[in-house]
Amino acid sequence: MEHLYEILKHVDGFIYPNEIELQWGILIILYPYITGLVAGAFILASLERVFKIKVLRPTYHLALLTALAFLIVAGLPLVSHLGHPFRSYEILTTPQLGSAMAIFGFVYLWYLMVVLLLEIWFDYRYDLVIWSNESKGIKRRIYKILTLGVTDISPKALAWDKKLGYIITVIGIPSAFLLHGYVGFIFGSIKANPWWSTVLMPVIFLLSAMVSGIALVMFLYMVVSWIRKVKIDMACLDEIGKFLFMVLILDFTLESLDQVHRIYEAEESFEILHMLVTGKLTYTLFIFQGLMGTIIPLLTLGFFRMYLPKEKLRKPIYFLVSCLVLFGVFFMRWNVVIGGQLFSKSFLGFTSFKLGMVGLEGFWMALVWMIMPFLILSFILWLLPPWKKHSEETV
Amino acid sequence: MPVQLKTLIPLFAVFIILFLIARHFLIPDSFGKYGHYRANSIDEIAALPINYAGKAVCIDCHDTEAELLASDAHAGLSCEVCHGPNAKHADDYEIKEYLIKQGTREFCGRCHSLNPARKIEVINQIDIKEHHPEKENCIDCHNPHAVWELKE
Ligand code: HEC
Ligand code: HEC
Ligand code: HEC
Ligand code: HEC
Repeated sequence: MEHLYEILKHVDGFIYPNEIELQWGILIILYPYITGLVAGAFILASLERVFKIKVLRPTYHLALLTALAFLIVAGLPLVSHLGHPFRSYEILTTPQLGSAMAIFGFVYLWYLMVVLLLEIWFDYRYDLVIWSNESKGIKRRIYKILTLGVTDISPKALAWDKKLGYIITVIGIPSAFLLHGYVGFIFGSIKANPWWSTVLMPVIFLLSAMVSGIALVMFLYMVVSWIRKVKIDMACLDEIGKFLFMVLILDFTLESLDQVHRIYEAEESFEILHMLVTGKLTYTLFIFQGLMGTIIPLLTLGFFRMYLPKEKLRKPIYFLVSCLVLFGVFFMRWNVVIGGQLFSKSFLGFTSFKLGMVGLEGFWMALVWMIMPFLILSFILWLLPPWKKHSEETV
Repeated sequence: MPVQLKTLIPLFAVFIILFLIARHFLIPDSFGKYGHYRANSIDEIAALPINYAGKAVCIDCHDTEAELLASDAHAGLSCEVCHGPNAKHADDYEIKEYLIKQGTREFCGRCHSLNPARKIEVINQIDIKEHHPEKENCIDCHNPHAVWELKE
């Protein structure tokens, strides 16, 4: 009995026994966060390709490789959350087709194999062939394998690279929407939870994914340029800022619409949600997500539409804005995932969330999964440096 | 056909075929026989040792207690909810070490102590500290089997 008294200190009001402990912790926050970054980065890359926005050229490859690096990690927080890595393949061998969650493996594979890898391959094939001839040792061998033996670099073959790559991009845009809309659907379709269950959820997830992905590419583009000590292309940065601004407006509007709708409907769950928002979520929702992650970036970027300050000032501001947006979207996921589990389905009480440090479900584990994509990205950038591509002039 | 596809299509085909082969071997034998699960698991679970004998079995030997129990408010309770799982004792009555025979305030309080999550109409509750503190244990007054048979 004593252990119960300890737990009950974290509970207010009336709550069902199975609600005391949160089953979805920080790793489930990371999963939509990272997948969102993938979808967003990819959509930014596609803009350049499909809509031929030439100024974005310097970030095109970076965005693609970022999407790849983050996608490789996207499923891993789930694996460590579920705690049975050796059974994880079962979701692919015996999927329960009636369950939205079981479909994730296929959505993921489709996106990884058919969209991202293929697009990058078509894009880099010419360079892979050249690099495999230029370099020596193990690197040469890796490039050789990566060409998959297709070493034909006649103009006809290169034209096909371009054409097929384009087709993949066109397929890729709806796929990126699917990938992240799907993640939102997982939450939006949980009808027992009034904080999650809204048809807008997939759209909101998608838009915030785009916001975070664009911010990530902006952030990485600046960091990579600083590391390489090259000049940042301000026209490109301004263009990214413009897109970030537009998507941020859409995202903000829709999220507000969702809340306004909820407030106006004021269903029986409203009272508890009101208490949730003004109580346990005050900081993460109003300050972190709302003010820091949305309002400040919106005003700054909006101001830039009217008046562009000097480059010297603009650069650090863009940097700050991208960090703020990344921070804000993380807390948007936090508010959804954690917020939805803090109140009792009796609508009469709350539990609380305490982030543990160690363990498979803890902070350090989450940090590992968050750092991992950056390490992978560094490796990919070393292997396939966009700035050393040859095809730039020829294509 | 472009050279790229001449390589990619067979490559993807190989992937898919490898996946299907692996799937064939990875799916457990009896999977899907009755539903989306391993049919053999039913037998495996059925083969686990049984812990509870059930009220009907206890009554075979303990008709006095059974009659008493049936006569009062605790009629709906099963013997093992108070005495603990005792299939071993039912098999061999010499085995008595797992039998719980408690009538303390904490024990009865498991079900009867005041708790806002329990409805008072469904189960009568008292404050186990305040309720008739003149005697130490609940069974000093209440007969556990026939609760309204009060000892003085
Ligand atoms: C095969 C007949 C039989 C069955 C079935 C049986 N018992 Fe018993 N039980 C006995 C006998 C005989 C005694 C008395 C043993 C003694 O006093 O040495 C006893 C004693 C007890 C006692 C008192 C032990 C003590 O320390 O004084 C309890 C309590 C008890 N049984 C509960 C149960 C419950 C609960 C069940 C059902 C799971 C059950 N019995 C099933 C034969 C049985
Ligand atoms: C509300 C809980 C409760 C239920 C239900 C219950 N018992 Fe008991 N039983 C007790 C307690 C407490 C004692 C110990 C009484 C004592 O020490 O005076 C006891 C004692 C016994 C004894 C030993 C009697 C003795 O004279 O030593 C037997 C035998 C017994 N119970 C059998 C049963 C059987 C059979 C059933 C089911 C038909 C049953 N009990 C249901 C609580 C319960
Ligand atoms: C497994 C849960 C459980 C345990 C343990 C239990 N009881 Fe009960 N008790 C019940 C239920 C169920 C009822 C019938 C519902 C009701 O009337 O409250 C009941 C009824 C009663 C009543 C009659 C209440 C009324 O309003 O008529 C008394 C008195 C009582 N129990 C005393 C005890 C004592 C003393 C003990 C400890 C030996 C005990 N109970 C242990 C579940 C339990
Ligand atoms: C000193 C004797 C005594 C003891 C010890 C005792 N009771 Fe009672 N209990 C009674 C009497 C007498 C009543 C009849 C109503 C009353 O006086 O409150 C009663 C009534 C009850 C009722 C029904 C309450 C109601 O309001 O109708 C429950 C339930 C109950 N007792 C459970 C317990 C439990 C559980 C314990 C152990 C924590 C316990 N009793 C200990 C004497 C006792």
